[in-house]
Amino acid sequence: MDRSTLEGDPHSILEAMTIAGYAIGASKGFIYIRAEYPLAIHRLQVAIGQAHDLGLLGDDILGSGFSFDIELRFGAGAFVCGEETALLQSIEGNRGMPKPRPPFPAVKGLWGRPTVINNVETLANVPVIINKGADWFNKIGTATTKGTKVFALTGKVNNSGLIEVPMGTTLREIIFDIGGGIRGGHQFKAAQTGGPSGGIIPPQFLDTPIDYESLAKIGSIMGSGGLIVMDETDCVVDVAKFYLDFTVDESCGKCAPCRIGGRKLLNYLTKITDGRGTLDDIKQMEAISDAMCKASLCGLGQTASNPVKSTLKYFMDEYLEHINDKKCRAGKCSKLIQYKIDPAKCKGCTLCARKCPVNAIAGAVKQPHTIDQTKCIKCGQCEANCKFGAISHG
Amino acid sequence: MEQEMITLEINGKTVEVPKGTSILDAAKAAHIKIPTLCYHPDLKAGASCGICVVRQLVPSRNPADNGKLVPSPKLLRACCTEATQGMHILTHDPDIVQVRKTVLELILANHPSDCLQCPRSGSCELQAIAADFGIREVPFPREVIHRDVDNSTPSIVLNSDKCIKCGRCAEVCQQMQNVWALEFIGRGEKTVMAPAAGVKLAESPCIKCGQCSAHCPVGAIYENDETSKVWDALRDPEKICLVQIAPAVRVALGEAFGMKPGSLTTGKIYAALRMLGFDKVFDTNFSADVTIMEEGTEFIKRFTEGGKLPLLTSCCPAWTDWMEKYAPDFTENFSTAKSPQQMLSALAKSYWPAMNNVDPAKIHVTSIMPCTAKKHEIIRDENMKSTGYQDTDVVLTTRELARMIKAAGIDFNDLPEEEADKLLGTYTGAGTIFGVTGGVMEAALRTAYCLITGEAKPPSIDFNEVRGMDGVKTATIDIKGTKVNIAVAHQMGNVEKVLNQIREDRKNGVKPRYDFIEVMACRGGCIGGGGQPCLATDEVRALRTKGIYTDDEKSVLRMSHENPEVQALYRDYLDGKTGAQGGEKAHHLLHTNYKQLDVYKFGK
Repeated sequence: MDRSTLEGDPHSILEAMTIAGYAIGASKGFIYIRAEYPLAIHRLQVAIGQAHDLGLLGDDILGSGFSFDIELRFGAGAFVCGEETALLQSIEGNRGMPKPRPPFPAVKGLWGRPTVINNVETLANVPVIINKGADWFNKIGTATTKGTKVFALTGKVNNSGLIEVPMGTTLREIIFDIGGGIRGGHQFKAAQTGGPSGGIIPPQFLDTPIDYESLAKIGSIMGSGGLIVMDETDCVVDVAKFYLDFTVDESCGKCAPCRIGGRKLLNYLTKITDGRGTLDDIKQMEAISDAMCKASLCGLGQTASNPVKSTLKYFMDEYLEHINDKKCRAGKCSKLIQYKIDPAKCKGCTLCARKCPVNAIAGAVKQPHTIDQTKCIKCGQCEANCKFGAISHG
Repeated sequence: MEQEMITLEINGKTVEVPKGTSILDAAKAAHIKIPTLCYHPDLKAGASCGICVVRQLVPSRNPADNGKLVPSPKLLRACCTEATQGMHILTHDPDIVQVRKTVLELILANHPSDCLQCPRSGSCELQAIAADFGIREVPFPREVIHRDVDNSTPSIVLNSDKCIKCGRCAEVCQQMQNVWALEFIGRGEKTVMAPAAGVKLAESPCIKCGQCSAHCPVGAIYENDETSKVWDALRDPEKICLVQIAPAVRVALGEAFGMKPGSLTTGKIYAALRMLGFDKVFDTNFSADVTIMEEGTEFIKRFTEGGKLPLLTSCCPAWTDWMEKYAPDFTENFSTAKSPQQMLSALAKSYWPAMNNVDPAKIHVTSIMPCTAKKHEIIRDENMKSTGYQDTDVVLTTRELARMIKAAGIDFNDLPEEEADKLLGTYTGAGTIFGVTGGVMEAALRTAYCLITGEAKPPSIDFNEVRGMDGVKTATIDIKGTKVNIAVAHQMGNVEKVLNQIREDRKNGVKPRYDFIEVMACRGGCIGGGGQPCLATDEVRALRTKGIYTDDEKSVLRMSHENPEVQALYRDYLDGKTGAQGGEKAHHLLHTNYKQLDVYKFGK
């Protein structure tokens, strides 16, 4: 959603940064932007040029005696460079690795100078607040979290896209009113907020008003404003694995809890979704998640275990099914799927045995066939080709 | 100015510390040890391991609690968080201990744990902390990402499998040493400490100073162990095995045997070397005295006859390596005098056999050095074969010698002291101070004063201006009205600013502000060398330095030119002349030259 703001209204950001510069006495601002956003970059460049032409950037802005300029810095899209200290490092031309805080950027930031660093969405609010006043802004939102929030609503909802809602709007309103409910008449199972490091929220919290405190209480975060809706065909263990796969890849590698812990969590999740998990794995995952959360240096490591922690908390029954019953109720974990031949329906035509690419099906002609589960690669060819509906999976 | 003090509470104990102190050091002041793994006092806290986490107690936000102190949910890293006035810190509770233990178990799960074969067994910080935490099993599956060992240099070996990514080596290499050979390469679990662009250390800017190996908490970077080559030579009945020990070795070797840093063990080392089987035991301090004769007369010649100034000392091979890569515009400023190691070896294969009627082909020279760069120096160019043979055969670091003594079952601590052998074994106090920063300069000044003035000795034998741990020390020395401007720098990272001052003078077309500059690549000089017992801190360096100055003070002769064996060398073998004075033999055996080197050797 930050990209859409930069593409759709780049001047709002330039204006906000200029105001921020004026407020703190800075003469230079930097926009750190992914090089993979060429349209946003182009439009920012156009906007900066226009602002210069109109005297809204550069020396002596609008005759105020205040001078301010903005420079673009391109990043290569590392997730960790969304962490402020890593972002500052990257702007300086160093490897994008977080630094300990304190000192906070406001004390010692870019090139060791006091630096205000804000997200696009925060800045986009500034001109509006200046124009309409704080009282107006404070009327929107909850007691502790003011204003609005843009979410990238996606997943199994009928209407997906960028939405802006007042803080305090409930998940139910977002998913069922704005999102138009779950696609294809399926059941709501969970929502994941905040991007890859957010927690996975079960149905009992659908009526929780979304603000920073409430989300933290239920184990998730506002984060980047991602909001992914899942239905019963999604497997929460698989989803946790998906996010861990991302954070393991994006870990900068500096800090042991995140670098090693993330990989171990991913390995355990893979083991469980492969049907090799044990109850002891759960215990170890809990210990690792706790250590990552408490001992990691930056936000990435501190929150990377959220998908695991929240699913362990709210969906333990599904973990136990994977481990004890070797079953994935959503049918997502392909290694836990079993194809079975119903002997009552099987005519012994041998077609499935001939279609099977790994010769896992045996049986005499006109006799019920059987599938060797140790050989089966779950490709589904047998079920697709059976003319008698004798083969099913589950 | 009086230092501002703050008070805070650690585990309920009030402690007063100077403002700016880290929580880690504040706890130390309160006699509480917070465990650490990546932290080293030489370096800016990198905060990479997550072991030193502590909890801050903060006033409750719940009005019902009436400002009661409650544990904050986030843990702080004690190594890099500044203690502040009125802070309340809890360093140990069951939860913190569990978090630390889990982090440690995660690190161990990615470590080969082959401690029995590890060069750092016994001095490994990971091993020690695992023992402290009583780790008996690692609950997570072991997963070591294997990479090939980099043994491309003769000096140090990089074994990434053991690396815990603490980042000390990169910080040392970049910030302390300004070399930039090692860097965090790759991301996430693929992170390695290695030279950029996948090149080997030998193709990188590495100057082989070995400070990475001296700071590594584990056995991921260590000296190239060449003890077997020495055992082989000692076993060979045809070989005449000669050995030399460098100044700094004598004040550090004892640490490997439980002695206090700085313990002066010269006589014990001589005795141990004879017990190991060396035929003759010599002392690099002797050739340090020879260096003063060669370098000193070179300086006087340049200074009085208008040669290229400033003269830069060239005893330190890591420094010459750095200069050849990063500052080739100073090639002509370098003293052509070889290092004391190379001088002694050249004399051990020319002068000594000539005097003893021995075939030099049979001579094997081992040198015991506080240094890993010395292993590379012996093969750096053809000048290192001035005798027609490779002048130095093998270089062992202090750490390797300690292992040989232990393997030989020598009771080092109780060993009666012995003397060095004749011809190349007598030294003055000036020779021994080569082991500390400022020592070469001080030794040169003592002799230069006498040579320039013709007086028997300078008004004060101690030149305190060049002593101490300041990164750059400058002074103007008044030699009876002749002003000599000098600079002394140690720790490679401190050197560039001195060179830049000279570059500025060159640009402005003025006389360079210094006439003579001493450089040693390691912090504190050779006593803090990359081949010394690992993990030295400034406290250890100070004790070793003290040991060196004690050796100087108790020497009867404290000026190089007074060394009777040095006088005999010039009288009996070098035709009475140093290289700078036109002595051909001295020039051939004791001098070398320098050339520009590529910083990276891509595809070469």
